[in-house]
Amino acid sequence: MEMPRPNPAILSRKAELIEKLQGVMPSDAVISDPMETRAYECDALTAYKCAPMAVVLPGSTQEVSEALRICHDMGVPVVPRGAGTSLAGGVLPTEDSVILGVSRLTDVLEADYDNRFVRVQTGRTNLSVTGAVEEQGFFYAPDPSSQLACAIAGNIAMNSGGAHCLKYGVTTNNLMGVTLVQMDGTILELGGAHMDAGGYDLLGVVCGSEGQLGIVTEATLRILPKPEGARPVLMGYDNNEVAGQAVSDIIKAGVLPVAIEFMDRPCIRACEAFAKAGYPDCEALLIVEVEGSEAEIDEQLETIMEIAQTHNPVELRQSTSAEESARIWLGRKSAFGAMGQINDYMCLDGTIPVSQLPFVLRRIGELSEEFGLDVANVFHAGDGNMHPLILYNANTPGDLEKCEALGAEILKLCVEAGGCLTGEHGVGIEKRDLMLDQYAPEDLDIQMAVKDVFDPRWLLNPAKVFPLATSEARRIAAE
Amino acid sequence: MLTPQSEAELSEIVTGAKAPLRIIGGGTRPIGTPQAGDTLSTAGLSGVTLYEPGALTLVAQAGTPVEEVEAALAKEGQRLAFEPMDHRGLLGTSGTPTIGGVVAGNISGPRRVSSVGACRDSLLGVRFVDGMGRILKNGGRVMKNVTGYDLNKLMCGSWGTLGVLSEVALKVLPQTHCTGGLVIEGLSDDEAVKVLSRALATPFEVTGAAHFQKGPDGTPVTMIRVEGSDASVRYRTGELERLLSDTGTVRIEPDAGRNSADWQAVRDVAPFHGTQGDVWKLSVKPSDAPGIVARIDGGEALYDWGGGLVWLQVPQGRQAEAIRAAVDEKGGHATLVRGRNAVATFHPPKPGVEAIEAGLRQRFDPKGVFNPGLMGRVA
Ligand SMILES: Cc1cc2nc3c(=O)[nH]c(=O)nc-3n(C[C@H](O)[C@H](O)[C@H](O)COP(=O)(O)OP(=O)(O)OC[C@H]3O[C@@H](n4cnc5c(N)ncnc54)[C@H](O)[C@@H]3O)c2cc1C
Repeated sequence: MEMPRPNPAILSRKAELIEKLQGVMPSDAVISDPMETRAYECDALTAYKCAPMAVVLPGSTQEVSEALRICHDMGVPVVPRGAGTSLAGGVLPTEDSVILGVSRLTDVLEADYDNRFVRVQTGRTNLSVTGAVEEQGFFYAPDPSSQLACAIAGNIAMNSGGAHCLKYGVTTNNLMGVTLVQMDGTILELGGAHMDAGGYDLLGVVCGSEGQLGIVTEATLRILPKPEGARPVLMGYDNNEVAGQAVSDIIKAGVLPVAIEFMDRPCIRACEAFAKAGYPDCEALLIVEVEGSEAEIDEQLETIMEIAQTHNPVELRQSTSAEESARIWLGRKSAFGAMGQINDYMCLDGTIPVSQLPFVLRRIGELSEEFGLDVANVFHAGDGNMHPLILYNANTPGDLEKCEALGAEILKLCVEAGGCLTGEHGVGIEKRDLMLDQYAPEDLDIQMAVKDVFDPRWLLNPAKVFPLATSEARRIAAE
Repeated sequence: MLTPQSEAELSEIVTGAKAPLRIIGGGTRPIGTPQAGDTLSTAGLSGVTLYEPGALTLVAQAGTPVEEVEAALAKEGQRLAFEPMDHRGLLGTSGTPTIGGVVAGNISGPRRVSSVGACRDSLLGVRFVDGMGRILKNGGRVMKNVTGYDLNKLMCGSWGTLGVLSEVALKVLPQTHCTGGLVIEGLSDDEAVKVLSRALATPFEVTGAAHFQKGPDGTPVTMIRVEGSDASVRYRTGELERLLSDTGTVRIEPDAGRNSADWQAVRDVAPFHGTQGDVWKLSVKPSDAPGIVARIDGGEALYDWGGGLVWLQVPQGRQAEAIRAAVDEKGGHATLVRGRNAVATFHPPKPGVEAIEAGLRQRFDPKGVFNPGLMGRVA
């Protein structure tokens, strides 16, 4: 993976930079010992590593602002970091960069149940936001599988989704406001406890901007009352295309499940071994979940199971207890981990129109054979967000490159089918060089123009999202 | 009037433009006072270009009448879940509302308060022409997409000041079988917002929460809506009735037709149709709303979104400063939707935000030809 060459002028001023940073925050919040900065050399895309020049872990918005101003004045690139679970290489540093982590900012600042929001510092993990409000019967809806570890900061930067976003939407649909610190240290409040934007929807642009527009230190998040109950049903089919058809028919029938998840045989086996959820051993498994009171659940599932029946399932079974439901979801949410125990893998994240599911699955099968690498599929079928996992062996020379080439082919296939390169993981460095497969140069130019406005010197996470050649002129002009 | 018949023609017109253009869809939502100039209408760019009920997605050219979109959806038992307001009654306009106008204004209805969200939450993709005449796209037609920056959000609610929309892609949802309503009469604003908050904190998925300060016969009317299957609506209205019975007489409105008419009245702000005053749209924290309204002499209010949205009518040309000051103190914003007043239509942003907004206008529309003066100061 190509990254910009470190700037020797910056590297030579390391000592001065550290001293200045130590002047604005406690000395244990500035890390520059190479032994310690190593912990920040990559995120969950572990194939690429590079230790940063320094890491800062500010304890307040004010400290973030001061640290950024120092870096800004010295022309040092800054890579914002949440929990480091990005699968796209979003927090991969360069040698001459400073990582700014928000892991010390974890407070709940305000929980307002009358107005249904919670305001938190963004280093707080996704799951512990729900943890803070669940006693009052509320929850925070976006539920990425990594929710135990990932931070709200990263969720906002990547506009993360989860299994239940078919009904509740992704991060951007549940984000009401942020405190954003610009690269020059300016602190902005965007949005808040009210529901829509007064002028341009800058909040909507910041969400999903991969840490390139500013550092988000606080967030106002919409919370929702917990449903009375939820129940998943397992549907096994002996063929992917039929499962895809069932998904489309369920959606068309007018009942909207909260989640429709899909797994193919390799995934089913791995997850079953891991979670013992009683998954049937078949080609394609759907987990469909609905919510409501017991009677409401029964009513919705009746319709859904009728449709499922018409496609001749090899198994059709409702969960019979809360414990069984929990195991069913544990299996699904551990899918990446479970596959990881068997093999090295690369996780893709393209989205396709649901109607293209059978075609795309068939094509992926063919590509997998061509490249000689197995592909397991697990994804959010209701909204067409696919997660093909390409299995490879990191110790076999050339395997990673082959895997990446196959990944690129699959993502291009998603675009050709009317979809996109990434549904929830973000572009990062991983999909950066494919951006021109989805967008024309001027489509990227107008996006970069937004960065020009927020970060005129292109110092925030500069080597991500846009192909290096495309952003080069801007990065150089800003130096 | 300039009425391009294709995206290419639209691009040519903008490329050649040297003076301000007033961008319209159907011209039914003429808010604010942009600089005078040639009118550029998107009405010639019309038609649903793609509709996949099984994928819950619809793509239409910007000038497509909203009615046409809704009719196509209804045929498949689906709808625009964010139920866009029709501004014609409130603004006394005629003409045909277009889907591009809905997106440009981020026009959303009562269901905003539920997980359906606003128009911007249903917007999947846009095509538009920027101030240099470039034909650009962002997003796509799929429900989850984080490929690059989300400029859909920026275009949605920018009222044609950053670009001329040529095509929009929207997420649609199934229609619900039944609409149920609860009605409580005689509550003060304060009591009403508290009741609505309580209803919205239940698991019964309230999809409408409104309060008329003056109902049809002058008594305050508070309304709560639930939607779903017949059985589910019966169950949920019953539970809500029981829960809220300590607040006064809670009546279940059994008539579906009556319910949809009442909610359409909320959506379209019917109490202020044909009246004289200025009408403001306040977006605030729900529990702040009654206090803000109480500070405005001579104001009359319709609350929606559980109090988060206030339609406030005041005597013509009056109270602008008081409204903005009251909102500024609590947080939120106030837009002058109807009335000619010497104040800015949109709530003046804080300095840092203002700089960014001006910067964006400068990049998206360097010649300053798109509705100049409508949002922010003319550069
Ligand atoms: C096992 C596993 C399962 C996953 N499942 C899902 C899933 O179901 N759905 C999903 O959407 N994702 C999933 N992910 C991906 C990842 O968890 C998400 O992208 C997550 O939101 C990243 O959060 P983080 O705090 O770890 O961010 P990081 O990895 O630290 O950073 C991610 C991006 O955010 C930027 N950033 C971080 N902090 C800030 C800040 N304060 N201000 C501005 N920008 C900032 C970074 O620069 C980077 O570009 C999964 C990852 C793993 C490893």
